[in-house]
Amino acid sequence: MSRLAPVSATQDHIQGPLDAGIVLIEYGDFECPYCGEAYPELKAVKEAMGEALCFVFRHFPLRQAHAHAERAAEFAEAAATVGRFWEMHDMLYENQQALTDRHLMSYAKRLDLDAKLIESALGGQFAARVQHDFSSGVRSGVNGTPCLFLNGERYDGPRDANSLIELMRG
Amino acid sequence: MPIQSARLLAVGQPAPAFTLHATPDQTLSLSELRGRPVILVFYPADWSPVCGDQIGLYNELLGEFEKFGAQMLGISVDGTWCHAAFTHDRKLRFPLLADFEPKGEVARLYGVYQGNAGVSERALFVIDAEGVIRWSYLSPIGINPGADGILDALEKLPPKQAGGQT
Repeated sequence: MSRLAPVSATQDHIQGPLDAGIVLIEYGDFECPYCGEAYPELKAVKEAMGEALCFVFRHFPLRQAHAHAERAAEFAEAAATVGRFWEMHDMLYENQQALTDRHLMSYAKRLDLDAKLIESALGGQFAARVQHDFSSGVRSGVNGTPCLFLNGERYDGPRDANSLIELMRG
Repeated sequence: MPIQSARLLAVGQPAPAFTLHATPDQTLSLSELRGRPVILVFYPADWSPVCGDQIGLYNELLGEFEKFGAQMLGISVDGTWCHAAFTHDRKLRFPLLADFEPKGEVARLYGVYQGNAGVSERALFVIDAEGVIRWSYLSPIGINPGADGILDALEKLPPKQAGGQT
């Protein structure tokens, strides 16, 4: 019943080759502690798998539960417009306890986002882009965060690096 | 799974009527919602230890369900004060009904009570505006079923104005 949106070279945030044999998609929320726990694990998976893995991040901010998740996602999109999505992604996960607007603005400055871009992020310029991911996640069967899809199928198993690497190499 | 599914009320059957407490001093009857689709969410217990769990997820998606005019109801065997505390903590914006006394009676009516565990299965029903079950789904107890099945089912409901279907 789920319809996972295919990986889009133009829309998605991608690490690794698009034609890799293994595609791992994460629907994540920058304020979710479980996503925070998964972050270093997924990083280790990416390192271990190298070019064999295509990793995709899509937004799934739980806005009712996490007051800063939506704005954080929008700032990541703002950073994406100047090619710095992954740096912002990492910075947000490494600073999950500090995601107020003030914090987000300081991360943006650190990544050289200019004042105009920061202003447009604060003004909701990227909300539709985030919502696009969220809606695609809902229709794909995302059931919480983080939600992983491995080669198109929702993966509900353990999310530690070793389990994932073993599964991928298996 | 197949044995459990066999007990689950099937599509096309009228949804059994019930009245349960939604808050310590208010009750809600399924019949009050006639005229609009209802999503019944049976779940084992409040306070599931993950964020973005099933109930939390649906709370994020009320806007999507409202596009279909649908009302979501959660049902578990937890008591009203427990539901009240859970609702407050998770900022829930839809009613949680207490299937508390007699315990699990409504879950039994819908074929989703787990006698051994003393809680409801994780099961979903989409009921149309006429009170007929149009979709049902029993999830493995440890697996959060997400919302895609509910949305697919709501999409397939006949338009509201078509009413009068048998």
